[in-house]
Amino acid sequence: MRKRTLDIILIAGVLLAAALLWLWLRPVEAGGSVLVIQDGQEIARYALHEDRTVTIGEADYNVLEIQNGQAAVTDANCGDHTCVRTGAVSRAGESIICLPHRLEIRIIGGADSSVDIVAQ
Amino acid sequence: MQAKKIATMGLLVALAMVLSWVEQLVPLSVTVPGVKLGLANLAVIFTLCRIGTRAAWGLSLLRVVLVSLTFGNAYSLWYSLAGALLSLVVMTLLRRTGRFSLLGISVAGAVCHNLGQIVVAAAVLGSASMVYYLPVLLVSGTAAGVCIGAVAAILVRRVRL
Ligand SMILES: [Zn+2]
Repeated sequence: MRKRTLDIILIAGVLLAAALLWLWLRPVEAGGSVLVIQDGQEIARYALHEDRTVTIGEADYNVLEIQNGQAAVTDANCGDHTCVRTGAVSRAGESIICLPHRLEIRIIGGADSSVDIVAQ
Repeated sequence: MQAKKIATMGLLVALAMVLSWVEQLVPLSVTVPGVKLGLANLAVIFTLCRIGTRAAWGLSLLRVVLVSLTFGNAYSLWYSLAGALLSLVVMTLLRRTGRFSLLGISVAGAVCHNLGQIVVAAAVLGSASMVYYLPVLLVSGTAAGVCIGAVAAILVRRVRL
């Protein structure tokens, strides 16, 4: 009986941690820019409100589609296609990750994006 | 006795390989990197409870290397290795305390497998964005751990070596 109790406490603890993290990390702010990050380096940045389709990479490719204020990976030749199944993201903090290609599509808030593009 | 133990271990490694393969054949609709059932953990938990700690570590690490060589790529080896190691450490410690049943050990193992993978993935990506996936991975790890733990409990009780 005691073992069962500890098991349940453990499971409840993990689920509680998940709930708290979810509340804490939940993306709420609307996104403004789409960052393309490969191997930890930002390689491109696009405005979320401008529709476009770009292919990232050549041999290892991911097709990034930005449409109606949402970004999605619509095609890729990675093995697992997790990035494609993630679907569209639009809020600051959300991201699409393609581990086989070490690629991250990250949405960030809108305020600073235009400034950064000018600075570059 | 020694020969029998080696044969048993060989069988368990083969079983773990088959379970990993089956898991890749049936992709759950995964939208988050790292979400999975962890079928191979059945073999690891069984070995941990019925044969011993050292055998379980050997089995798990050997499986990770073999599976990565067979189905994976250079990077998948490091994710899996990190996940497997953290999972083994925690499962071994929980078992040592003698206060958790198989279900608790299995849940902790599955969750830690996900945590280990996330840490390496964050390092490879050079990005902390993986933390946004933590809640999903904690919940999916718990669900997977409960399923695997329930089946493992039956196997540990029923299977005769
Ligand atoms: Zn991908």
